[in-house]
This record gives sequence, structure tokens and C-alpha cells, in this order.
Amino acid sequence: MQTAQNSTSNQPQTHAEDEALVVIDNIDFAHGFGAHQVYRGLSMRIPKGKITAVMGPSGIGKTTLLRLIGAQLRPQQGTITFANENIHALGRSDLYELRKRMSMLFQSGALFTDMTVYDNIAFPIREHSDLPEEIIETIVKLKLEAVGLRGARHLMPAELSGGMARRAALARAIALDPELIMYDEPFAGQDPISMGVIVKLIKELNQSLGLTSIVVTHDVAEVMTIADYVYIIADKKVVGHGTPSQLEASDDPLVHQFLHGEADGPVPFHYAAASLEDELLGGNHAR
Amino acid sequence: MNYWGETMLDRVAALGRTTLDTIAGAGAAFFMLMRALIGKPNLRKSWPLLMQQMYSVGVLSLLIIVVSGLFIGMVLGLQGYTILVDFGAEQSLGPMVALSLLRELGPVVTALLFAGRAGSALTAEIGLMKATEQLSSLEMMGVDPLRRVISPRFWAGFYSMPILAIVFSAVGIYGGYLVGVRWLGVDDGAFWSVMQSNVEWGQDIVNGIIKSLVFAFVVTWIALHKGYSCTPTSVGISRATTSTVVTASLAVLGLDFVLTALMFG
Repeated sequence: MQTAQNSTSNQPQTHAEDEALVVIDNIDFAHGFGAHQVYRGLSMRIPKGKITAVMGPSGIGKTTLLRLIGAQLRPQQGTITFANENIHALGRSDLYELRKRMSMLFQSGALFTDMTVYDNIAFPIREHSDLPEEIIETIVKLKLEAVGLRGARHLMPAELSGGMARRAALARAIALDPELIMYDEPFAGQDPISMGVIVKLIKELNQSLGLTSIVVTHDVAEVMTIADYVYIIADKKVVGHGTPSQLEASDDPLVHQFLHGEADGPVPFHYAAASLEDELLGGNHAR
Repeated sequence: MNYWGETMLDRVAALGRTTLDTIAGAGAAFFMLMRALIGKPNLRKSWPLLMQQMYSVGVLSLLIIVVSGLFIGMVLGLQGYTILVDFGAEQSLGPMVALSLLRELGPVVTALLFAGRAGSALTAEIGLMKATEQLSSLEMMGVDPLRRVISPRFWAGFYSMPILAIVFSAVGIYGGYLVGVRWLGVDDGAFWSVMQSNVEWGQDIVNGIIKSLVFAFVVTWIALHKGYSCTPTSVGISRATTSTVVTASLAVLGLDFVLTALMFG
């Protein structure tokens, strides 16, 4: 397997033949005026029409990556292009225009709590079009049918289970027929049935609507069944990438540790600290 | 460097950090408001949102405003009577109550109550929208949350508060009338006619409304900014809500002195 670490260029080459919808080129990003470095020299290509999984240990900045692609955050260095547009060079109104072509499924669902499921799905259509209500109703019903929630359209978000809320949010995310959909931890906190439903929906929607999907997750088993390409992020950069079968065959210790859920390895079990002996016996009583 | 030197340096660094944070916060609040308010209005979409917020911010504040206004007017009537009657000047009770309310208590107490009722609600609502990623989801849908969420709430607060202050003063004057005339026996005709001849439209009523508009601008702005910039956790929202009430109340009281000095000084 070829990894970003041993590539000669910044861009991963493994799937260079596919047309890329999103290109992340050598970005550096830090929170809090450089106090917490999240990425250093991160590069990725997200191929058009494919499902790309981004995996990595918790707290590594996977959600931050989606916010960078959506231009909610700005990298300190490097560029991110969407459909050949440098998204961070766009003006405010152009950026909002471009965002109509992408969508994001948030981990919490982020449904508007004061609206019914129907109004939640109708919201982006009403905001961005002057379509008559009858046509909006038809579109909303079709979107809800796609996620199996047509019968739940009159419910409020508080009346939905976690899995149903995630599916309703998915219906809203595809309401405007985006080119790119970003899934932020879509399987987190789901029971096995809901998880199976969401895995199936991601796969089916990607195929039937011709979407490009980015799935950020650390649920290895689920995402490996549907992903066309996988990136593993750790230590502020891409540490491994390839098709699921390439990664399964990888002998890279970090990739191996992550895919097989080993407690200790290149990603240590212990958070960085002075040795226990020093702290207990050395008179260092810092808490 | 010795211990005292390090402590001193730490204090200077902390002061510098606080100053920078304050300036950055003020800048962020300014840009938030500018982005929310400047732009081509879309009346077809923004009018229903404004009406919805006017109901939530204004109409739902009516109860506390009316009850408070009535009691404050009654207290003014009672206190005013007990003082004025010693000088045989109880005929001046009407203008005393009216001027106190129109110039000061109406705008100020309304603003303080508004900060506690509607301001805290605005902060908590926006903070919760931030914590549950609703604001982020709006951005990702290509909908500017500043125009969709902040702008209608700002205008609703700005228009509602002067109306609430007028209601407060009117109910307060009626409360003073109930106590002074109906209970304590001040002459009905004298109460109203002396009030009418002493209250001036421009000097008293318009200045009171101007005060109220300034307070409305400041209180609503503070409430919205605190919610929009809060740390999106339960503790963060709680702190932001408290901070809205404290900051807005202090701003109202401080500005009231400045405005009073400019208008009546």
C-alpha cells in the first residue's frame, strides 16, 4: 500500500485517475492562535461519485476536517478546492452560493427543534427557491420516502428516536440534491438495526443520486463495507490511505492498530504525562 | 527572575490577555451586528420572521411589563402623596408620577425587565441553537444564520422595547391615578389637568422614547452577541445568559445617566 507518508508528492496518487470533487492540498490548521495544532501538511483527494471514508482515533480532528471543507473554518496554510473553486478565497455571498451544492449530516442531526419533520425538510427548499407549496410537498414526501420516514412527517424532532432523527436529517441534507454530502459520525450511538439502515441509505443514496460522499467515522466495520476509498488520519496527517482491501492487507503498525482496535501501539494508551514513579515518588504534586 | 518578578509579569500578561479578549469581543460583536443588518432585505421572507419574533420577544413580555408598571405607578402614587401632602402640594401628584415614569422609570425599568425576560431567553435560545449545531447546519445549507436568526430577533427587540416602555408608563400612570385619586382622594380633575400642563411632548415623551430606543439597541445586541459567541456547552450557555442580564443591566444604568445628562442636564 502506498501511503501519504511515503508518497513523493503531497497529493495521494492511489486514485489519481478518478476526477476529484474536493482536493485538500497541504493544509495546516490549529485552534486558538496555534495553541492546539490539528493538522500539519494534510493532503487528500475526494473522488467524484464515490464514498470516501475518513477514519482516525477520537479527538484527532475529523469533524474539524469537514468544517474546513465546508469553509466554516479556515486553514492557516494550504488550500481546499471544491469543484476547482478555492473555497476559502470566495467572498461571503459566493461561499453561501457554493454551499448549496454541498451538504452535511451532523452528528446530532441538528434538526430545528421548533419545526415538524416535514418543515425541517422543506426548510432549505423554501429558503432557496420560490417553488409553490404543492411542489415542495411532493419533493419533501419523496425525500422522506427515500429514508423511510414519510409516515413520520408530522412528528416533532423530540418525538423521534436517535436513528429516526439521523434519517430525517439525512432527508434534509439531500433536499437540495447536493453534489457532496459529508457525514459526521453517522453511526455514533446507533443500535445495530439503525446502523444497518444508515449504512444502506448512505450506499443507496450515493448510487441513486450520483452523490459524492465523505463519511467521517471510527466505526471501522460499518464503513469498510461501503467505502470505495479510505483515509486514516493520526498525528496531524494522513497516515494511511487506500481501498478497504488495500488497508486490510497493510502491515503499517498504526493502520493495523486502528483497524483491529488494539488498545496500545503507535497510538499510546496513556495520554502524554510524566512517569508514574516520578509523580508519586519524586515530590511532583502538580494535579 | 525572582518570584515577585514572575508574579508581576504574570499579572501584566493576564491584563494584556484580558484587554485583547475585550477588544476582540467588541470587534466580533460589531461585525456580527453589521453582517446581520447590512444587506438587501427580502420582505417576503423576513416579515413573517419579524412578526414571529415580535410575538416571542414583545407580546410575551407584556404580562411582566403591565404588572410591574401597575405596581410601580401605585407605589409612586402612594410615596408621592405622602411627601406632597406635607407641603399641601398633592395637586402635583399627576405630573410627579407621569414625569417619573416617562423620563426615567418607564424606559429604564422596561429595559431591565426586558433584559431579564426577553434578553436572557434570546441568549439561551441562540446558545442552544449553537450547541445543537443548528447554526452550523444553517451555514452548511447556504443560509446565513446572521440574516435568518440574528437579524429578525434584533429588529423585534428594537421595535418592541419602546412600545413596551410606552405601555409601562401608561399603566404606571393609571396605577398612580388609582392610588392617588381613587384611594387617597386627590382631586380627579387636578390630577389630569396639572399633568397635562406640565408634561411636554418633546422634552418628556420623545426623550423617553429615544432613551428606550437606545436601551433596546444595546440590550438586544448584548443578548444576541452573548448567545452567538457563547461556549456551546450547558455551563457556557448558563454563563452567557447570566452575563447578558448583568452586562445589559449595567449598560442600561450607565447609559441612562449619560442620556439624562445630555437631555435634561
